Parts: sequence; structure tokens; C-alpha cells
Amino acid sequence: MSNRVKNIIVPIMAVILGMLVGTIIMIVTGYDALAAFTALWNGAFGEIYYTGEVIRQVTPLILAGLSVAFAFRTGLFNIGVEGQLIVGWLAAVWVGVAFDLPPVIHTLVAVIAAGVAGALWAFIPGLLKAKFRVHEVIVTIMLNYTALHVTNYIIRTVLSEKSDRTEMIKDTATLRSSFLEGLTDYSRLHWGIVIALIAVFIMWFLLEKTTRGYELRSVGFNQHASHYAGMNVDKNIILSMVISGAFAGLAGAMEGLGTFGYASIKGGFTGVGFDGIAVALLGGNGPIGVILAALLFGALKVGALNMPLEAGVPNELVDIIIALIVFFVAASYMIRLFIDRISKKGVK
Amino acid sequence: MGFMDILYIVIPSTLLWAAPLIFTALGGNFSERSGIVNIGLEGLMVIGAFTAIVFNLAFDQTLGNLTPWVSLLVAMVVGALLSVLHAVASITFRADQTVSGVAINLLAVGAALFLVKLFYGKGQTDIIQKGFSKIDIPVLSDIPVLGKLFFSNTYYTSYVAIIVAFVAWFVMFKTPFGLRLRAVGEHPMAADTMGINVTKMRYIGVIISGALGGIGGGVYAQSISSDFSHATISGQGFMALAALIFGKWHPLGAMGAALFFGFAQSLSIIGSSLPLLENIPNVYLLIAPYILTILALTGFIGRAEGPKALGTPYIKGNR
Repeated sequence: MSNRVKNIIVPIMAVILGMLVGTIIMIVTGYDALAAFTALWNGAFGEIYYTGEVIRQVTPLILAGLSVAFAFRTGLFNIGVEGQLIVGWLAAVWVGVAFDLPPVIHTLVAVIAAGVAGALWAFIPGLLKAKFRVHEVIVTIMLNYTALHVTNYIIRTVLSEKSDRTEMIKDTATLRSSFLEGLTDYSRLHWGIVIALIAVFIMWFLLEKTTRGYELRSVGFNQHASHYAGMNVDKNIILSMVISGAFAGLAGAMEGLGTFGYASIKGGFTGVGFDGIAVALLGGNGPIGVILAALLFGALKVGALNMPLEAGVPNELVDIIIALIVFFVAASYMIRLFIDRISKKGVK
Repeated sequence: MGFMDILYIVIPSTLLWAAPLIFTALGGNFSERSGIVNIGLEGLMVIGAFTAIVFNLAFDQTLGNLTPWVSLLVAMVVGALLSVLHAVASITFRADQTVSGVAINLLAVGAALFLVKLFYGKGQTDIIQKGFSKIDIPVLSDIPVLGKLFFSNTYYTSYVAIIVAFVAWFVMFKTPFGLRLRAVGEHPMAADTMGINVTKMRYIGVIISGALGGIGGGVYAQSISSDFSHATISGQGFMALAALIFGKWHPLGAMGAALFFGFAQSLSIIGSSLPLLENIPNVYLLIAPYILTILALTGFIGRAEGPKALGTPYIKGNR
């Protein structure tokens, strides 16, 4: 079996296995698995309102997935999407609250601010990796918590007076659209999905169709060979982190300008950043894969909210399923062995 | 408030906050010294905290004052069991160890909250009645000055943590087992050639990390939070990871770092009631552990370097 086919079968198998184990868990704990999956489906696609919510949820997931995927493709592991997202969220809201600009332009400036903030936050691990050979995983984890505490502090002291959230952003900066809301029975669907899809195209074009993208991938693949070929390794590492961070920052803008319209003090992470890792992995780090994986996880997350209401099953079941899917993709060696064994039998 | 009065408050509080970090960081130490990255410490703490609280609530009538200790043992076992999953994925199936760790974290939170809803029908547990309680350690607390500073108004678990750190140091650096564990993390092929079972050593390393991570979570839940909800463990596991790195992958270093981070954490909470500190925004104290760890990695405060083979699966016969 060709590698290409295998690369498609592995994620599908992982999803099936994840669902299967989820089903077993429900049966063991005495829940009605069929009712749960029906509720899940209805909660995601049963009404146009839910579908709108799914697309809204998919928007930041695509961007977070792109962020992780872009870094992966260039040989880096950006586990700091969460932190870059929070920083981007804050920057977008800050611009949305503090500036007075004409409609569209205000939104664009706020979105760009979010991207820049995320990029700057990711510049730190990029620089440390390039100059001091410090592994980016640890630095980005540490920066996640730093971002959490620092943004909380800024929200509490700078952007509000000891309140636990900022004001609403000005109407000129919003990504919300009464057109899209009307279309989907007043869900919170916003224009962000367009930005996310543009970002997908940019990532694909940048990586596959430009010299810079070739260099980025090359450095990720083999630093020494790239260096020998005359590429600037340090610069490419930093650039790759910065671009990855920009995608993460944009994901923050989706939440700040679209879904919520404000930033609030957080006790913990949003989870979108970590889900981004799941999206990128399942999507095989490719543009189409990321969109499909984000759709799957978005539908699971939104649909899950209907499970306690309709089937009496805790929505955390979906978190378990997502974790298992990540697990099975990560341990794809197991699935690949299995496929090899099966296809060999076929030959006999 | 005099200087000594401040110390009487700060030192016991530091010990309280440091104990879970010490246990978990030591756990991470065993895993990482064997060459397996363990980002899943957070999840292991979550499952430890969850198990300890559930067990504690169920058995506090029958076990009486022994409850928190027995709960801790159960948390240890469940933590070890969860870590087997990480071991299987990252050692046997050669998964990316960071990804597998992330999966452990997601899984632990999902499973724990799912079970809380299943058992209690609500999002968080009740408050436990038999947690670890403050004590004055007999005899030692009678020592003048030092007794009141270090051995009064404190918890046994903190001292157990410190003792375990010394045990871990002894095991890792003074026994054949420790030498093998480190060898497997530095150069698995050389170790394999010398007849050491790389896979087995790595499994042991990861399982010890699960056991100690479970204890860390159990200690936190039973001495600090007293119940379990989605926010019980929020970052302590990653802070333990930071302590491990800041302590340069050395058990005693990790303990020192954990004590220091515990100090920063406790100051960020009680600082507002202390003179001098009341005007400093606690954000600096909150981010200090993370910033210091980054600086340590960068080499500004003595470069921290991990085991050579950290993060790479060992495939027999590959060069």
C-alpha cells in the first residue's frame, strides 16, 4: 500500500478507534451510547443554529491548527499556541476598545494587531532556539503561563479598573455580522471563518509555492544540509516561529473580535491552543487536512454540549474521545504495523 | 510585624505549596533521565488529585485519620496506571513523546470530569472532611527558634517530600539501577550493548513518574484545594516540569527549585498581607518560576542541559 493512502487511512482509523473506545466507555459506565451519538449529531448539525455555532468553533481551531502545522512542517513544535492566542486576543480587544477608526479598517487593524502580538510572543522561543539552541517546547510552555498571568494583570489594571473583563469592543472593530447571524438563526457565526480560510491558503502558498517556504521546510528537514546549501538557518527558525505565532494570534482575534467581543480574566487556558495540536496532527499538517480535522473537532465540541441535555451523558466524553484520537494518531506506528500486516495477508 | 513574624508565616506556607511540586518534579526526573519527555505531568497530577479526593470521600468513615494517607497510595497507583499509557505510546509505539504527553493531559482532565459527573451528578466534588491537617511535629518543634520556624504549623507531607527527594537522589546517583536509568537516557545504544534492557528501564522511569505525579496531585488536593473540580490542578504539573529543568534534572536541584517556586506561589497568595510586599503586583511572583526557567535554559543562570537522548525513541539496530 502506498504511503499516500496510508497517510489518509491512519487518521481515519484513529478517529474510528477513538469513537470506538468512547462507545465502550459509555457502555461500561451505563450510558446509552446510541442516544449520546444521536444527541451529538443533532447538537452539531440538527438545526442551522448549531451548524452556525460549529463553524464559529471551527474558525479558531483552523487557525490554531495552522499555527501548529506550520511549525511542524518547518521542524518546530509550537506548543505555545495557547499563550500566543491569549496575547493576540488581548491585543485585538485592546485595539478594538482604545482606537477610533472607520468600520472595516478598524477590524483589519485589530486583526493585524493580534497577529503581530502572537508573532512577537513566538519570536522569543524562536530567537532562543536560533541563538542559544534552547528547545522550543519548554520555552513555549513556560511562555503560555507567562502570557496567562500577564494578560490577566493587564486586563485587571490597564484595560479596566479592577474588573474581571474589559469593555466591549467598539462596533467598528467587530467581526460579527448580522447577515451571517440571520442566516444561521442567530448563532454567533462571524466573518472570522473567511479570515481563517484565507490563512489556510496563505500557509499552503507560502510553504509550497515560494522560495522562502522551501527554505523553511528545508531547514526543518535538515539544518546542516540547509546551512551547507547557503541558507540562513537561524533566520529561518525565527521566521518560522514568528509566522506560526501570527496564526495563533489571529485565532485569538477570532475569539476577541468575533465570538466574545471582549477579553476577560482567565483562571486557566482556553484549550483552543492544545486542540490546535490535535487538529494539526490529525490533519497531517496539510491545509486540507487541517480544515477537515478542525471541522471534526469543532462539531464534536459543539455537539457535545447537547449530550447532557438530550442523552444525559456528560459532555466531557468528547474530551476523552479527542484525547484518544490524538493518542492513536501519535502512536500511528501501531496502526501502520497493523495495516502492513493486513495488506501482506492480502498479497498471500 | 517583625521580620521573624513574617518568616513564621512564609516558611510553613512555602513548604505547603512546594510539597506537590517536589513530588511531581521528582517523578518527571525519573522519566526524563530515562530519556522520555513527560509533558503529561499535569495530567498525572489531575488524575492523582481526582483519585485522592474520590477515595477520601468514599472511605473517610471507615479509615478515620488514616484516610488521606491511604488515598495518597491509591492516587499513586492510579497515576502509575495512567502513565503506562504514555509509556506504551512513546516507548513501544515510538510516538512523539510531547504529543503523547499532551494526550495524557487532555485525557486526564476529560476522564476525571466525566467520572465526577458520573459519580456525583455535578461538576465538582464535595469538600473532604479528612484532609492533611496542620501539625506541630513532636520533639522537633520544641527546638528553640528553628522548631517554630520549620517544624510548627506545618504538614507531614512536606517533610515526606523532602525525604523522598534525598531517596531519589540516592537511587539515581548511588545505585546500579540509577546508573542504568541514566545510561539509557544518555546513550541508549551503548547501554543496550552493555546488556541493559532499554525498554524496561524506560518503562520503569515513566511509571515512577506516574506514581510520584499521582502523589503530587493527591497531596495538592488533600492539603490545598480540598475538593476536585476542573480548576483544581491548573498549571502545577507544568510548574513541576519547570522545577525539574530549573533544577537541572537533578533530584536535589529539582527539590530546591520546587521549594523556591513554592515560595513564589505562596508569596503571590499571602504577599498582600505582608509589609514591603503589599505594593508589588503579584503578577511578578506568578510568572517568576517560568521566566527563571527560561533564563536557566538559555544559560544566563548556569545552563541547564537535559539528558542526551531525551525525546528520541530507541529503535534497536538503528545507528
